[in-house]
Amino acid sequence: MTYVEYKQLSPLQRFAHRFKNAMKNLPRAIGRFFKLIGRAIVRFFVGIGKGFKNYGTTFVKGDWATKLSYVIFGFGDIHKGKIYKGVLYLLVEILYFAFMIVFGFDKLYWLPTLGIHERQVVYDDMGFPHETPGQNSMLLLLYGTLTVVVTIVVFAVYISNIKDAYRHQVMRENGEKPTTLKQDARDYLDGKYHITLLSFPILMIGVFNILPLIFMILIAFTNYDGGKHNVLFDWVGLDNFGNLFNVVNSAAKAKTFFGVAGWTLVWAIAATFSNYILGMIVALMINKKGIKLKSVFRTLFVITIAVPQFVSLLLMSQMLTQEGAFNILLGLISGTNPKIDFLGGSALSARLTVIIINCWVGIPYTILSMSGILMNIPEDLYESARIDGASPFKTFTKITLPYMIFVTTPQLITQFVGNINNFNVIFLLTGGRPSNPEYFGAGDTDILVTWLYNLSMGDKKDYGLASAIGILVFIICATLSLIVYNNSKSMKDEEAFS
Amino acid sequence: MIKSYKLRRHISNALIYLILGVMCIIWIAPFVYLLLHSLRADGAAVSNGELLPEWYTFQNYIDLFSGTGSSTLNFPKWFLNTFIVACFSCVISTISVLAVSYSFSRLRFGMRKKLMNIAMILGMFPGFMTMIAMYYLLKIMGLDGNLIALVLCYSCGAGLGFQISKGFFDTIPRALDEAATIDGATKNQIFWKIILPMSKPIVVYTVLTAFIGPWTDFILAKIIMGDIQENYTVAIGLQLMIDLDHKTTWFQEFLAGSVVVAVPITLLFLKMQKYYVGGVTAGGVKG
Repeated sequence: MTYVEYKQLSPLQRFAHRFKNAMKNLPRAIGRFFKLIGRAIVRFFVGIGKGFKNYGTTFVKGDWATKLSYVIFGFGDIHKGKIYKGVLYLLVEILYFAFMIVFGFDKLYWLPTLGIHERQVVYDDMGFPHETPGQNSMLLLLYGTLTVVVTIVVFAVYISNIKDAYRHQVMRENGEKPTTLKQDARDYLDGKYHITLLSFPILMIGVFNILPLIFMILIAFTNYDGGKHNVLFDWVGLDNFGNLFNVVNSAAKAKTFFGVAGWTLVWAIAATFSNYILGMIVALMINKKGIKLKSVFRTLFVITIAVPQFVSLLLMSQMLTQEGAFNILLGLISGTNPKIDFLGGSALSARLTVIIINCWVGIPYTILSMSGILMNIPEDLYESARIDGASPFKTFTKITLPYMIFVTTPQLITQFVGNINNFNVIFLLTGGRPSNPEYFGAGDTDILVTWLYNLSMGDKKDYGLASAIGILVFIICATLSLIVYNNSKSMKDEEAFS
Repeated sequence: MIKSYKLRRHISNALIYLILGVMCIIWIAPFVYLLLHSLRADGAAVSNGELLPEWYTFQNYIDLFSGTGSSTLNFPKWFLNTFIVACFSCVISTISVLAVSYSFSRLRFGMRKKLMNIAMILGMFPGFMTMIAMYYLLKIMGLDGNLIALVLCYSCGAGLGFQISKGFFDTIPRALDEAATIDGATKNQIFWKIILPMSKPIVVYTVLTAFIGPWTDFILAKIIMGDIQENYTVAIGLQLMIDLDHKTTWFQEFLAGSVVVAVPITLLFLKMQKYYVGGVTAGGVKG
C-alpha cells in the first residue's frame, strides 16, 4: 500500500491496517526477542570464558603474594600494605567457611533430594514413644537456596579479591602507593558514590525480593502442596506446568486453568477497553471548549481515586448484597422488593457486575491521565484546521482522536497488564464467588492471580501449582511489557532532556 | 445561520453538563451514602431498608474508638499500628527510592544498564507470588505477625519503584552538575546540595506515596499478620469487621472506620497529586 492510498483511508481503516501490519510483524518481533535472549546467553558464557582466561593469566603473571590470594582472601592486599581491605577479605573467607561447616554443606547435601527422613515415632519396651523429628523439605529448600546465593556472592568477592591483589601488584611495580582509608572513604562519596547509594537498597531487594522469588520459582518444580509441618516433597520437573494443560490426567486442574485463563483474558480486555473508551469520552466532555467548572468536575473525579481502594471496594461489595443499597434503590424505583444477589447469583451476573464496578473504580484514572494529554495537544493544529474550514466533528476525528490513540497506546498495554494482575477488584468485590464445584480451588470470577492466592492461602492449597501459575502470568506480562518497552520513545531517548 | 449554530452549541453544552452532572452524582453518591450511614442512629445491623437514615448520631465513631463490646476488634490499636508502620516504612522507602533514582539518573557506572533491566524484570512478577516465601523467611527470622515484618515488607522493594523520580532527576540540566564538579564538589555534595533542593516536588511525592502505601495495602498485611488481631492494620481490621461473624454487630462501626481512614488519606492524596502534576510540568519546562 502506498502512502497516498494510506492517506485516503478512514481512521478506522487506518487503524485496522496498522493492526494487521503489527500482527504480521508479530512473529518477527517474537523471533527478534528470542534472538536477543539467545545473544544474551551467548554473551553470558563468553563472559564466563573470559573470566576463566583472566583467572589463569593473572595467576601466571602474579607474584607469590598474588598467587597466595587464590587460596587466602586478601593476602595480596595485606602484603602490598592495604591492610584494612585485606583484613576485610580475610574476614569474609573465615565467616564463609564457618557458615558452610556449621550450616551450609549439610543443606547443599540435601538440596537434590529435599530430604528423605519422615517423622517417626518408635515405642520402646516400656511403651513410651520416642520421636525422631523428620526433615522439612520446605526449610531444606529455603536454606539450600540461601546457601547457594551466599556462595555466589562470596565467589564474586573472591574474584574481586584476586583482581584487587593483581591491581596492587601492578601499582607497586609502577612505584605507586596503595590508597589510604581516608582517600578511599572520599572516593566512596565521589567516584564510587553509586556503591554507597545502591548497596543498601540492593541488599534489601536481594534478601526480600530476589531470594523469595528464586525460592518460589524453584517451588514450581516441586509437588509441595502447602501442608503444615515437617513435610517431605520432591522435585517433579515440569509436572505442575503439565498438569495445567493435561486435560486427561489432571482434568480438574486443566479445566480450572482454561476456564480461569479464559475469563482473565475476557476480564482484562473488557476492563481495559471499557475504561479507556468511557474515560476518553468523559475526559473530552470535561475538556470541551465552553464547558465551565472544569476543575470542579476534575476534582470530584480525583476524590474518588483518592479514597483508598479497599474502602470503596468493600463499600461496594456491601451495597451490592441482597439487603444492600442498590436493591433498596431498585425497590424504591420499581415498587417491588427485588433482592437481587448481584455478586453471588449466577456467574454471568457476577462477572458483569465486576466489570461495571471496575468502570466506576477505573474511569477517574483514565480521565486524569487523558485530561493531561488533551491539554497538551498543540493549539495551532486546531487553529489551522479552523482556518481551513474544518467542522468540529472533522477536527475531532482528524486531530484529537489520532493524537490520543497515538499517545495512549503504550498506556493501554500497561493497563492491560495491570488488569491481568488486578487482584484488588476481584478479591475485595467477590472473593472469586460464585464458587464453581467443577473448578480446583477457584470460583467463577477468579482470575489467574486470585486463583494463585487461593492456592497459596485458601482451603485447597497447592504451592507448586500456584508458583507455576505465577511464572505463566509473569511470562505473559513480561512479553507484553517488553513490546511496550521496545516501542516507547522515552525509554530510548533517556538522555534527551539532559 | 449564526443564531442556529449558537443555539446548537448551547444545547450540546447543556447536554454535556447534564451528563457530567449525572456522572458526578453516580461517582460521589456511594461516598455520601458511606458518610451518612456512618452517622446512622437507629442501631440496626446491616441495613434498615432505608436509603437515607432518619436519625443521626456520632455514637458509631465513639464506639469505634472506645472499643466497647469487643476486645478483639480494637480499632485505635490498629490505627496506631498502621501509623507506626507507615512512618518507618516511609523513611526507609524514601531513602531507597531517592538513592536509587539519583544513581541511575546521574552516576555512570558499568552495571547501570544491567541493574535497570533487572529491576524492570523483577517488577513484572506478580507481587504476591513471593509472599509465601517472604512469609516463611520472616517466620525463620522470628518476625511473623510482627510490625517490624510489615515495615520490612513495605520498604524492601521500594528501590524498584525509581522510575518516576529518576524521570524527574533526568530533567534537571546536567550543566549544573558539571559546574559544581568544576568547583570541586563531590557527587555526594551534588546530591545533597543541588539535586535534592531542586527536587522538592518529587521528594514530597515520594514521601507521600510511601506513607499512604501501608494504609491502603490489604493483602500483604493479611498474609503476615494471620490471626494476630492486635497487630492488624486498618485495612484488614475493617475487612474483619464485615466478615460473616462480625457483620451484624459491627457494620456501622465499619462505615465509621472507613470514613476515619478515607478522609486523611484522601486529603494527602489530593496534596500529592498537586505535587506530582506540578513536578512533571516543571520538569518539562526545564527540559
